[in-house]
Amino acid sequence: MPIDPNYETVIGLEVHTQLRTKSKIFCGCPNKFGAEANSQICPVCAGFPGVLPVMNREMVNMAIKTGLAINGQIKKLSVFSRKNYFYPDSPTGYQISQYDLPIVEHGELFIDLPDEPKKRIGVTRIHMEVDAGKSIHEGIVGASWVDLNRVGTPLLEIVSEPDMRSSEDAGAYLKKLRAIVRFLDVCDGNMEEGSFRCDANVSVRHYGAEKFGTRTELKNLNSIRNVMRAIDFEVDRQIDLIESGDKVVQETRLWDANKNISRSMRSKEDAHDYRYFPEPDLPPLTLEQSHIDDIKAKLPELPDAMAKRFQDEMGLSEYDAGVLTAEKEMSTYFEEANQIVSNAGKKNAKATANWVTVELLGRLNKDGLSIEDSPVSAVNLGKLVALIQTGEISGKIAKKVFAHMFDDGGDPEKIVAEKGLKQVTDSGSITAEVEKVLASHPDQVEQYRGGKTQILGFLVGKVMQATRGKANPAMVNKVLKEKLG
Amino acid sequence: MFSDPANLTLANMSELLKKREISSEDLTQAFLERIEGLNPDINAYITIDRAGAITAAKEADKRLDAKQGEPLTGIPIGVKDLFCTKGILTTCASKILNNFIPPYESTVTSRLKGAGAVILGKTNMDEFAMGSSNETSHFGVVKNPWDKSRIPGGSSGGSAAAVSAGMGSATIGTDTGGSIRQPAALTGITGLKPTYGRVSRFGMIAFASSLDQAGPMTKTAEDAAILLQAMAGHDPKDATSIDAPVPDYMANLGDGLQGRKIGIPEEYFASGLSPDVARVIEDAKKQLTELGAELVPVSLPTTKHAIPTYYILAPAEASSNLARYDGIRFGYRCENPEDIRDLFFRTRAEGFGNEVKRRIMLGTYVLSSGYYDAYYLKAQKVRRLIADDFKAAFSKVDLLLAPTTPDTAFKLGEKTNDPVQMYLSDIFTINVNLAGLPAISIPCGFDKDNLPIGMQLIGRPLDESGILSAAHAYQQATQWHTRSPIL
Ligand SMILES: [Zn+2]
Repeated sequence: MPIDPNYETVIGLEVHTQLRTKSKIFCGCPNKFGAEANSQICPVCAGFPGVLPVMNREMVNMAIKTGLAINGQIKKLSVFSRKNYFYPDSPTGYQISQYDLPIVEHGELFIDLPDEPKKRIGVTRIHMEVDAGKSIHEGIVGASWVDLNRVGTPLLEIVSEPDMRSSEDAGAYLKKLRAIVRFLDVCDGNMEEGSFRCDANVSVRHYGAEKFGTRTELKNLNSIRNVMRAIDFEVDRQIDLIESGDKVVQETRLWDANKNISRSMRSKEDAHDYRYFPEPDLPPLTLEQSHIDDIKAKLPELPDAMAKRFQDEMGLSEYDAGVLTAEKEMSTYFEEANQIVSNAGKKNAKATANWVTVELLGRLNKDGLSIEDSPVSAVNLGKLVALIQTGEISGKIAKKVFAHMFDDGGDPEKIVAEKGLKQVTDSGSITAEVEKVLASHPDQVEQYRGGKTQILGFLVGKVMQATRGKANPAMVNKVLKEKLG
Repeated sequence: MFSDPANLTLANMSELLKKREISSEDLTQAFLERIEGLNPDINAYITIDRAGAITAAKEADKRLDAKQGEPLTGIPIGVKDLFCTKGILTTCASKILNNFIPPYESTVTSRLKGAGAVILGKTNMDEFAMGSSNETSHFGVVKNPWDKSRIPGGSSGGSAAAVSAGMGSATIGTDTGGSIRQPAALTGITGLKPTYGRVSRFGMIAFASSLDQAGPMTKTAEDAAILLQAMAGHDPKDATSIDAPVPDYMANLGDGLQGRKIGIPEEYFASGLSPDVARVIEDAKKQLTELGAELVPVSLPTTKHAIPTYYILAPAEASSNLARYDGIRFGYRCENPEDIRDLFFRTRAEGFGNEVKRRIMLGTYVLSSGYYDAYYLKAQKVRRLIADDFKAAFSKVDLLLAPTTPDTAFKLGEKTNDPVQMYLSDIFTINVNLAGLPAISIPCGFDKDNLPIGMQLIGRPLDESGILSAAHAYQQATQWHTRSPIL
């Protein structure tokens, strides 16, 4: 969105993803949410005296996976550091993170924009770190609660290059990154619940300027929509400042989604001095190439590769392939439905894709539902498409059956059988209906035989009417032509 | 039937217990009585666990009766009050932990208990192990049993005084910059600091994580070998613990000194050494030669950088390690805090003593942005050079011999207002920690005031057997370690 054509927007994003490991990063506590406050803690994650962290290998493997998925360099040697600051929900008074030697560097991912397909966005680094607890201020006056359940949840911080030029870029980057971590099954990607969090660094400069402008950091962005809105607001704010002769101040700003504005949280001068130094309780992390290769060999198919396969092997359009791989659930749904169609002996991925992207998504969007909430299962949608492909029902009937499935659920085969919607393919009964129609429409028969062959459509319609749409239109055509000979 | 346990070594007691000539309960009872009698004066213990000790002793007697005893079964010992002991007050000699009862056990105490040892109580120390005289303890100074107007050394001053005064068969200390060896030397006992990572740090309250190491404080090298055997070994709960097999220290104890090369680092004898210490170490050299060792002059040129390097790295780590004492989850909390800042500020201002605060400030300063490269990073580089010096020396010799301290125990209060003078009392011990090496201090004579003097034997990484057998050979030929203070 070129807000002012004289200015260029520069955006870099820092994304924190909570990893779905079984246990926390440095202790054996379960890594899960929603439990009673302070019930998922032990002396290690609660920062008691004398206890020590022990590295969770599952987390390291997830970091390697994510690094490989974005074409990053996996570092054979990486080092944990302590980031020191006092806060009640940080029990040790420091966060174990990676500082100058992160596990992944020099990655990239590609975003698709209407006017700029396959735009490359660099990923500077991915590092491992530990999440803090939560301070709760509601429901108590003059004090705060501290819930340490989240302390020790493993996080990957994924830092992009300042390669994005608009809020649309940022939105597409986040969607692609979220799809990747979900395809990898390392993170559930839920921004509202905070398992996928984003801070945005935003600056503006005159077009053609070499130096970046002064940047601000935007926080509290709990949806992709809010990220995009906050960036647009910030770009406007910065341009207004510059245009009115003021300067942009380097600061951290908090987004208020209710008011659609951001406000200053702290300036550069108030920034913490985190006093990073290497974590003496954890030796440097060293990785064998063979271990990295093993993980690489087991990487699941990722969105870009899957979209290419959908195009190359299934003949889908680039657009459909893009839509069907934008979300892991979407691609899983499509592939499951398509498998049912193939099993029925009538391979037609295009038809399946069409039903998913047009009929199903159309209806889901209308009802404000996501694919995970679809009342029509992938298996049932596949069965429905198969019924069309095998000629059991017509496309028109199929739409009725789909509406029924969506509203009341159910297996399309049963619905077709119970409601007597099955296409009539028995040539005897079709011939009988055709003869009745021909007998009652002598004028039209005359006209046809006289050369006005387009009248055939009218006669087909009459037969379909008489069979209440169940007759196979192709057969009706064929029999009519024979009889009219 | 059993009057004075103070004259026996741990090995003697083990033998008598095994033969059932004494019971662990009687032995424990005798030690407890001795502790209760002497502690009001010496102040070696912060907590005495009479009930727990008697229960453990009875349990040990059952196993001994059933001939299921191990060398440590029924042996009463004291442990420094920075090892977390489940259900037993663990203070680190600080007001900030004056009410802290850990819900977990340190690996060291867990292994010792598992081997049958009876824990008599928790010994006094410098607050958070920061000090060289045991004068920074929130629970009062410890007196040197040889001269109660003098310091016992630190930071494991209570552990040292307890062994010296017979208030336990042995004790466990920790050594970050000399905290086992220096007090061992000043109280006339044997103190072993193992290789960094040989003994688990889990449950040991951290001062400087990359330097801290637990070790035994005993009457003899043999006793140290018995205790180390139970303490050493890899611990999955400590990522810095070394995953290497633990040798049989007792089996190697009699290896002797014949043909072994002992390096004499010239920098340790250059200056600042008191005439008494210099004389006693000269005698020890002769003794070692008589036992078959070959003395070889070596050089450790980076020795002079050890103190400044240590006083950057150790406080840096400490400043971060001690951040968790914030009054939120455990320990001391100030009264009526106005807000979270006030809670942090006053809890820490009221809970920590001056030396701890000094080191937190030092450490915070050297890690601060703009100073990190000049201090912390440079100190890390020097630390590597110090380790390289030792490596070069050990390519020529098997062991190194050095005085443990430049002088004997000083007077209580003598150096409390001069931190630099205080820090210099660790001048001969600190670089061993920086290099992560094992070293033992053993008694080797007395000064003109009848105060004990110690010497250090420093070994290659994981060569605890080498220094223990050398120390044992020396102790077999000398009587210094058998002398006790008159109380
Ligand atoms: Zn935990």
